[in-house]
Amino acid sequence: MSQPESAVADAQAGGRSGQEPLAKLAARYGLRRAIARPRFPVYVRQLWERRHFILTYATSRNVSKYSSSALGQLWQILTPLLNAAIYYVMFGIVLGGKGNIENYPAFLLTGMFVFTYTQRSVAAGAKSISGNLSLIRALHFPRASLPLAYTIQELQQLAISMGVLFLIVILTGEFPTWFWLMIPVVLLLQTMFNIGAGLVMARLGSSMRDLNQLLPFITRTWLYASGVFFSIQEKVVGSAGLPQWVADTMYYLNPAASYIEFMRDILIQGHNPPGMVWISCVFWAVFALGFGFWYFWRAEERYGRG
Amino acid sequence: MAELTEELSQVKGEEPAVPKKKDVRVHPNPAPAGKAPLDVPTGTPTVIVDDLHIVYRVYGAATDAEKGNAVNALTRILKRQGRPQMKEVHAVKGVSFVAYHGDAIGIVGRNGSGKSTLLRAIAGLLPPHAGAVYTDGQPSLLGVNAALMRELTGERNIVLGCYAMGMTPAEVRDKYQEIVDFSGIDEFVQLPMSTYSSGMGARLRFAISSAKTHDVLLIDEALATGDREFRKKSEKRIRQIRESAGTVFLVAHDLRVIEETCNRVIWLHKGKIKMDGDPKEVLAAYNKG
Repeated sequence: MSQPESAVADAQAGGRSGQEPLAKLAARYGLRRAIARPRFPVYVRQLWERRHFILTYATSRNVSKYSSSALGQLWQILTPLLNAAIYYVMFGIVLGGKGNIENYPAFLLTGMFVFTYTQRSVAAGAKSISGNLSLIRALHFPRASLPLAYTIQELQQLAISMGVLFLIVILTGEFPTWFWLMIPVVLLLQTMFNIGAGLVMARLGSSMRDLNQLLPFITRTWLYASGVFFSIQEKVVGSAGLPQWVADTMYYLNPAASYIEFMRDILIQGHNPPGMVWISCVFWAVFALGFGFWYFWRAEERYGRG
Repeated sequence: MAELTEELSQVKGEEPAVPKKKDVRVHPNPAPAGKAPLDVPTGTPTVIVDDLHIVYRVYGAATDAEKGNAVNALTRILKRQGRPQMKEVHAVKGVSFVAYHGDAIGIVGRNGSGKSTLLRAIAGLLPPHAGAVYTDGQPSLLGVNAALMRELTGERNIVLGCYAMGMTPAEVRDKYQEIVDFSGIDEFVQLPMSTYSSGMGARLRFAISSAKTHDVLLIDEALATGDREFRKKSEKRIRQIRESAGTVFLVAHDLRVIEETCNRVIWLHKGKIKMDGDPKEVLAAYNKG
């Protein structure tokens, strides 16, 4: 039994004079802070232990996403196709962006599908923490599970788009070669980059609520800078008359452009990517993944505050 | 446990001024001398809350004038301003107490007095603004509602919920049938949760979240679900959980439940502890206030 006044007084005094401080008592019994960030290797291991949750969560989100629309899962294919059709009419036919690009439909679709994967992963990552606050405030799990699950969800969607892409590319007269075996490698590298970018965006999005409003604006700029419906090479060297290294640098510095070029190199016979593009693909994958995890982990204990 | 405690203090060369056993029970408001101790297996503390303050941000709906465009958003980000309608809520203001092994602590208070926030802070889900929470093991909140998806079938939700609580695939297979049986939803398990009645949904959620065992368990209004029969079943389940868990915290508006299951009650008022002690006395005062 206690006096309410003394409780208030105690709280205001900030301590209980004459008694052992609570922090010392906690230390004596080996209690740990309820909210503490695990060391990085431990964190990665915890994340690995949660792999079933991450996979199930990604699949569940994919299943529930289209459950209310009549065409259901078909939208996973229709959305990129419709986008590609609009861009083909606008840039390929009306504005004449085709230039002298060989096999323009395959060029455009490859760029579109590869870019969409990165763009959607980044957008989903930005929402993964701020849109799941109730989950974060209810259960314990390494918070990186959420951005990871969102990227895996996009990867599952990409698998379907990729099937469509192969079909169209073959229809436009390309022939599968042994080189196509490299496709999973490119996708793996791109996925590594997307996970890293998603993690960075997740932390940014958790504190900057306005990021979601701003993001479409940023990704559209990125889309135009990545040479999805025109050739950077042609614009920079051909039209503007700048030296070759400027065009190459634009490919190397932009991860999305690197992955698009690598994929086009594999799928389209007559396409010539900048020579070192695979190096920039590997660099961006490793750098983004490493930095993304480290950056996200640094704020692990703060995500619940919103 | 007592031996271990003694050993620990001997090893650490504790000053003999700190008495052992029940007097170790450090409390923000020490019981007056001569009062019989609560019927608690007093011993090792499992949860220590030390002058805890929790502040969280609330975002109101944007007004028409603030919705704005990308340029406005960009300037706000660059200037590192919060949104004008963002509010900071000081939900818990300097709470301190020590919970011991075997305690079942009821938390009462009006709506908005900080009960749920305090539980989330003990669970380590909300970062403290000041002060700290120390725990033995990982306290868990009973509740997986946030992980479940209404559009999915009960079956998928059971699997998802179990994984969200950190079970392994083998444990999920083990518990699956038990969860279906306990919730009593039978063949509805094949249908999306959005088709369930509110009672069925609540039963399934309780069945999933109580399928795991915990060291320190935090229960937030879990008992007010379902019909009378299910209520009895869930009260029995809670008692079982209490027996296997070290310490239980229970938030409920039904004071009868608290009186029956708890050996100690904390009364929160506007984010501060107004009273802390024996259920009968605290609840009597609470009912008067």
